[in-house]
Order: sequence, then C-alpha cells, then structure tokens
Amino acid sequence: MSTANQKITEEIRAQAERLLSSGEVEAFLGYEKGSLPMSVRPFTARKPEDAGRLVWNSFCVLNLANYLPALLKSLEPPRRPGDPPPEGPLPRVAVVATGCWSRNIVVQIRENQVDRDRVTIVGVPSRGMVSAMKVRAAVNGREITAVTEEDHLLLVEGNGFRQEINRWDVVRDNCKTCRHPDPVIHDILIGKKAGQRQVQEPFAQVKDIESKDSARRWQWFAEAFESCIRCYACRNACPLCYCPTCFVDDSRPQWVGKSTDRTDTLLFHLLRAYHCAGRCTDCGSCESACPVGIPMRLLTKKLNMDVLEMYGSEAGMSLDEPLPLTTYDPSDPQGFVLTEREEKGGTR
Amino acid sequence: MKVLKFDRKGMGKWLARLGEKGNVYVPASSKEGKTAIGWRKLESAEMPPVSPGVPARPVKNFLLPQPEVLFRFSTRPGKEDSFIPREPEPGQVDNIIFGVRPCDARSIMLNAMPYENDPYYQARMEHNIIIGLTCGEPCSTCFCSWTGGSPMGTDGCDLSVTELEGAFMARAITRRGEKLLEEAAGIAVEADHDAVEGLEKMSATAVAGAGSGTAPERALRERDLMELYNAPFWQDLAERCINCGACTFLCPTCYCFDIQDETLHGKGRRIRYQDSCMFPLFTLHASGHNPRGQKVQRVRNRFMHKLKYFPDRFGPLSCVGCGRCVRDCPVNIDIREVMGKLLAL
Amino acid sequence: MSYISKTKNPYRPYPARLDQIKVETEDGNLKTFRIVLEDEREREAWNHNAGQFAMLSLAGKGEIPIGIASSPTEKGHLLFTVNRAGVVTTALHNMREGDRIGVRGPLGNGFPVDTDLKGKNIVIIAGGFAFTTLRATLIYMLENRDNYGKITVIYGARTPGMLLYRDELRAWQARDDVEMHVTIDREAPGWDGLVGFVPTIAGEVAPSPENAAALICGPPIMIKFTMPPLEKVGWTDEQVYLSLENRMKCGIGICGHCSVGPVYVCNDGPVFTRSQVRKLPVEY
Repeated sequence: MSTANQKITEEIRAQAERLLSSGEVEAFLGYEKGSLPMSVRPFTARKPEDAGRLVWNSFCVLNLANYLPALLKSLEPPRRPGDPPPEGPLPRVAVVATGCWSRNIVVQIRENQVDRDRVTIVGVPSRGMVSAMKVRAAVNGREITAVTEEDHLLLVEGNGFRQEINRWDVVRDNCKTCRHPDPVIHDILIGKKAGQRQVQEPFAQVKDIESKDSARRWQWFAEAFESCIRCYACRNACPLCYCPTCFVDDSRPQWVGKSTDRTDTLLFHLLRAYHCAGRCTDCGSCESACPVGIPMRLLTKKLNMDVLEMYGSEAGMSLDEPLPLTTYDPSDPQGFVLTEREEKGGTR
Repeated sequence: MKVLKFDRKGMGKWLARLGEKGNVYVPASSKEGKTAIGWRKLESAEMPPVSPGVPARPVKNFLLPQPEVLFRFSTRPGKEDSFIPREPEPGQVDNIIFGVRPCDARSIMLNAMPYENDPYYQARMEHNIIIGLTCGEPCSTCFCSWTGGSPMGTDGCDLSVTELEGAFMARAITRRGEKLLEEAAGIAVEADHDAVEGLEKMSATAVAGAGSGTAPERALRERDLMELYNAPFWQDLAERCINCGACTFLCPTCYCFDIQDETLHGKGRRIRYQDSCMFPLFTLHASGHNPRGQKVQRVRNRFMHKLKYFPDRFGPLSCVGCGRCVRDCPVNIDIREVMGKLLAL
Repeated sequence: MSYISKTKNPYRPYPARLDQIKVETEDGNLKTFRIVLEDEREREAWNHNAGQFAMLSLAGKGEIPIGIASSPTEKGHLLFTVNRAGVVTTALHNMREGDRIGVRGPLGNGFPVDTDLKGKNIVIIAGGFAFTTLRATLIYMLENRDNYGKITVIYGARTPGMLLYRDELRAWQARDDVEMHVTIDREAPGWDGLVGFVPTIAGEVAPSPENAAALICGPPIMIKFTMPPLEKVGWTDEQVYLSLENRMKCGIGICGHCSVGPVYVCNDGPVFTRSQVRKLPVEY
C-alpha cells in the first residue's frame, strides 16, 4: 500500500468528518472504493460516519468538478421559474480537488456555474493518475484480478501471473505533461505542494500529429476515432459540459447525425473540442471515461496549445485573469483573417 | 451429435474456406493494446488468438447495425415515386461470425423476443451465422451463470467450438451449422468417444459468476413491481452516474433504437440506430414534458427494464452476464450489486 | 435487403395524399388533415378501432404518432387533427392539399367500443385538442347508437375559438340522444354556453357511475382534477379509461421510447383503465 495515498486518504477522511459534523458542509465530494481492481467511485458523503468510506489513490481519474454544479443545485430549496432566490446562505459542499480539477472549479466559478462561497475546496497536489488502459496494455491485455499500489510501483496480479510496473510508466499522458499539479485555489490543503513542474515538451503529441502531411493527418484522425460508439461518456465526464441541451441532442435544428458514420462521429468530437477551447484544463477525464480508448484529449490539447500561443493563457489559473475567448483586445492575433488577395491564392 | 476435432492450423484453414460462403469475422479485441474493437474480417488462413472474456463491442452490432437503413426515397417533388419509401436493395452476403462467446450468442435469442415481428432483425438473424466459442477461462466480471446462461452455452449459436487440450471441438447446433462443418472435409476428423464425453461433462459443470443456480429472474418476476421501483438505493446509484450511454451501447441486450430521416441532394433514407434510455432526449415530448426527466428515473429504468420489466414480459432477464458494463462504466456502477440489492429487498 | 417483405414490413408507411386541410382553431396551431390512401386496395382494407393512432410519415422529416380523429364508420379517408409542436408537425402544417404523405398503422389498442363499453352508459370527458380520438369514438357510438346507454359529453377549451369540430359540436347539441356539455375556461363575447374548467363542469354534471364508463382525454392536470369530482359520486378506477401519450418511434412495442414500466404505450395502449395506470410508474 502506498504510504503517500494512505496518508492523504486519512487526512481526507478526517477533514470530511470534521466538515460534515460541524455542519460547515452538507456534502463532501470524494471517492470511495470500487468493485474492480483499478476502480474507484465518485462518492458524496453526507454524514460524518460516511467519511470512513472515502479513499484516495492513483485511479481517481474522473474529474469531481463534474458533479459540482448539479450537487449544489440539488441542495437548494426547490423553486419554480420566476420564484425569488431563497433568502440566507445556501447549503455548502466540500470537494476534493487536484491541480486541474481546481482549475475547472475556477472555470465554473467564472462561468457562473458554481458559487465560490458555497464550496470548500480540499486541495490535493496530484502525483499523476494512472491509466487503467496502459496497465492493461502493460500486461498484454491479460485479465487483472488485483492491483496493489506502492509509492512508485504497481503490483499487478492476474490468473497465473504477477507483474511489477513502474507507476510513472503507466501514468496518463495528460498527467505526464501537466505543469500545474497543485490546486490553484483551495481552502484546505492536504499533503505538500509539488510546485510547478518543468515539462520539456508539453505539446509533443500534438506537434507530432501536426507534423504529418494532410493525408496522414486525416488517416490518424479517421483511425483514432473509428471505434467511437457515440456514448458521450467523454462529454458527460467533462466538467465544462453543463449545457442543459447539448448540440448533439438538439433536434431543431439537428446539427449532427446520430449514427456512428464517420462524418457524424468526427463532427461530434470536433465541435465538442471547440466548445472546450480556452476552458479545458487537460484533466483527462474524457479520455479516462472513454470505454473504447479514443484519444479525444488530443483535440482539446491542440486547442490548449493554440490558446496558450495566441493569448498566453491557460484555463482556470486564476479567478481574475481575463477569459481568453470572451475578451477582445485589439492586439489579439488575427492570422485567421484573410485579405481578398490572400483568399485568391496570394501570399500574406 | 456430430463433433469434429480441429487442430489450430486446421481451424484457420477451415475459417478461410468459409470465406467462400460469406464474410468471416473473428474477434479483434485490441489494436496496439489500445483501441478496442469487436470483430474484424478474417485476413489470412490463421486461427486468431482469442483472449479470455468478450470482445469490447457486443455482437448485437451485426444484428442492429449502426445504422440500419429501413427505406430509401426520393425527395424531389412532383415525380411519380417522390417520397415513396423503398426497402434497401438486395446484395447482402452472409456474415459468418467466429468466436462469439455464449453470453453474446444468447443475447441474439433474447433480443429476438421483442424483435419477433421485426423483419429487419429477422433478416439479420438469417444472414448472420454464429460460430460460438465456449469459455474455458471466465473473467472476474463474468456472471453468465447467474443470468441463466453458461460458459459452455450454445443458445443462439449455429455451431459451438470448445478448446479442449489444445484441440478445437466443433459441434453443430443448427442445420446451418452442420452445413458449415461439411466444409471441414479433409481438415478435421470426427471426435472420438472420449472427447465427446469430456465435452458433455464440461457442459454439465461449467459455471461463471457468483450466485449461480438461484434463478434471479424467477425471484424478481414474483416481486411487486412498484416495490422494486421505489427501492431506496436508486438515488445513491444515480448520484454518481454521469448519464452517458457507455453501458447501453456496450450491452449486448440493450436493444432500444431511434428512427431518423436523412436527406441529401434529393435523396433520402430512413435509418434506425441504437439509442439509449440513459439520455434525457429519449423520452422528451414535443411539449417539453419529460416523463423520465430526472437522472434517477433513467438509471432506474435501465436496470428495471433488464431485471424486472423484461422478465415480466418475456421470462428471462435481459442481461447475459457478459460484464462489459461492469468493466467499462466510468464510475463503476456494477449491475451485479444492483441485482443483489433487488433480490435482497 | 430485398427479402424484407413489402407487405409484412410494419415500418412501411402507406403512400397517401393530403386531401383536405382545415384550420381548426383561432390560433392556427391546430389543423385537421383529411388523408386518402393512394392504393385502392389498401384504402379498402384499412380498418381501425376508435382510439387507435397512426404514424404520419413525412419522408425526409420523420414520423409522428397521431390519434385517428375519424370514426371507423367514415370510409374512404382518415382524419388527423394535429397540433403544431415539433419538427414533423411543423413540416406537416406547412404542407399543401395534394401533397404526398405516408400513413403507418393503425397502431395501438383503441377504446373497447365493441366489448367492455357495449351496453354501458358512456361519459366522454375531453379538454383542449385531446378530443380527437374521442370524436372518432363518439361518432362510432352514434352510428351504433343501440349498443350504448346514455351518452354524455363534457368538452372544454380555453376559448370558443379553440374548440375543435365546431360544426359537429353544434349538430350533436341539436340531437336528443347525446347530452352535450361544451365549456370554455373564461367568459368570452358572443359565448352563451357553459363557462368553467372541465373538472368543475364534471362536478356539476356529476354523471352516475351506474353501469357506466368514462373516457377521459386531456392534459395531465385536467385528468388529475377531474378524478375527485367523479370519485365523489362513486366512480371507480376500473370504470375510467385514459389514453396516454408518450414519445414514440416504432409504434410496435420495440424501440423503448414510450415504455412505462413493462408497458409499451404504443402497443399495449394508448388506452388503459385508470386502475391499470395506477399500477405503473408515473412515467408518462
């Protein structure tokens, strides 16, 4: 058992128990143990005695910020459209947040989905979460019956085999290229801050695809998204996707076809990625939720790269920084604006 | 019962020979250990390696393709055939699907119950020949025995293949299966008495999943519907559900669909494609009213349909215990726990 | 797949023509479409029960389940009164007489006019544009008048201009073998009939439950408030027939959209007794 995780688990439990029994929060959003190896379950503790169920390990891959707006809403007294807002302070919740999740909470606060005053952010610096798919690949797809996590090793067991895997080798790609493992806002901090990580080439994967010629790029695109089953796990695991009616569900007009025809699938993924531009924190929730292993995160990563290059901005880093795509500045890059001459094939 | 014995090489040869009868598909559970698919077309005369358990995608995609074209029509007004729907043109070759696990094969029969009068499904049944592959090594997420199946089951198969001491024993289950075995002349030999007996013994004793032998469908049929519906645990379950459709699209027995028209340049088609009761749009009225507008209602509906509504109507559970939803749910919702809770109510 | 039989394909709509389009209500949102099947044999073979519905099929737009407003006794054409609400109904409202349309059906069970309702006193209660299949039922009963006892109709709409089938309402009011109570929600100039919500009028009429059945169609809120006054005078759930409406796609009990618990509204319904409905989850 990883001593680091053990310590964090204990502290999360202690904080949850304290916050719930003092009445400071009505609910504490964390994780509990799952029924399979490498699985945890998002869990909302509502009573102090629930605190003992909370856990922390390297498989907490689903972004908890995803649940925050709905959870806050569920705790408000019911009211009909047109009713005045309730008087007095509303029930509060606590949420465990790593670096990227805290940045998502910042985005949610900026986009008026979450009220900062109603949230106690329990920050946990992230050591990087593990990709279950990478672990499965590391044991050649054999069935895994147990995984024990040490601080730097995973001990994987299955029918007739035991294998030790270096933890970092199977950490998710987004975590490996993450520069901000520490929560950017928090009310409580568990564990020690890691500080900004130096990453040599955070956008190496994107640049690799960009360097291909258009035919190869298209081929990559087609193959990567081929197995999409249109289950929308990526969308639903994403804390940015909170629209009451998503564009894929809209029927008047219907923007996207519903079958797994390539055109429909690609349109869905591209549009979804664009909706996340300037807002995505590369938390990897989408990719981890995907049951068929589609690397849709690379689309948002590409947009993160563009936003960083063009506007010098990374999503959710602070509560005051201007939002890159809703703020206009005359000095904004506008390379996408074509003059008439350029459009006719001339050079810029 | 005629049983033929193949060695691995012979199996590959036979499958290749079947390629003359139709499109032969074999399991392709992973590509570079990453992108998960279901089946791929057989490319060489080699028996593919088959890992334990089920492929990522269910066999239903052959029977309920995404999409199924119901009709084609012209949308140019004023012509004699304008807007007259026409059934799709003929020309489909049979699919011969190898390596279908007993759970998946059984799903074809279960889905055929509601689809009894559906000509498209019936036609797909006729044109998809199923070569089952029994399970010697059930996975920890497998629970077919609990749902009324067996790792050695042959329901829904035309042929059933069992790996036994390095050899492959093929049993014909239907007349179609027998015909496929005729293609094995010169490749396979007739199995001896001992091998057949061994096969029978395996069939009698094979089990996958806890709680087998308890006939949960009978117990749940006898329970009051509203009592199960009003069980307190649905709310907890729904709380962590992110309401995606991974479970429904991966489930071999989720069979709901939507119908839609698509048009382009004067031509149109009416298609149907798999839909999910987990999506709010599934039940939304044009008036804006939504009978299952809350997440908890949708989560409950999916499980109640499998474990209560379907058994009440057709007898068996609408679940074959393949474990895909257990394995791939992003928030670890485990139908085995739901079943246990319902049975314990 | 040519082996999909043209005659036995339940998804195949019959080609038909929009024969006549009539605007029913003052807001223009309700139109009655008279539809004639193009094939003479199909036209003659068509046979439905009062209370059944059909899929109106607009190639390129989709299908929409609509209750059949014409009585089985009206031969040669079908009537559908359609509210403009979604994609398909809007497209339908934009169509013109002579245009081609598809009709798939008849679907569902309908009211048991030839079995359970035979010999009974009948109370028809309708609100707004839910009167359509009850129009079919009423005409059927009037055509087979001897099969039923007393027939009472309580029908209400927001304003006089929102009442459906106004000419026919007048004709029925002139008959002595049907008791008509037509009401509007609020006083309106030129209206000398009843004023008040349907539940209130139902309470005032207080129909006797003796050897009787009530057929109720209307918005859920109307049905909810109509039940107490009926119960007060002794009506039981077994005597009350409701027609449910849910989103539907296949219309033949497979696709799952209209399911309410183990029941498919399209195939097992849309008509249920209230006692049947009460055993189901409230998902309609």
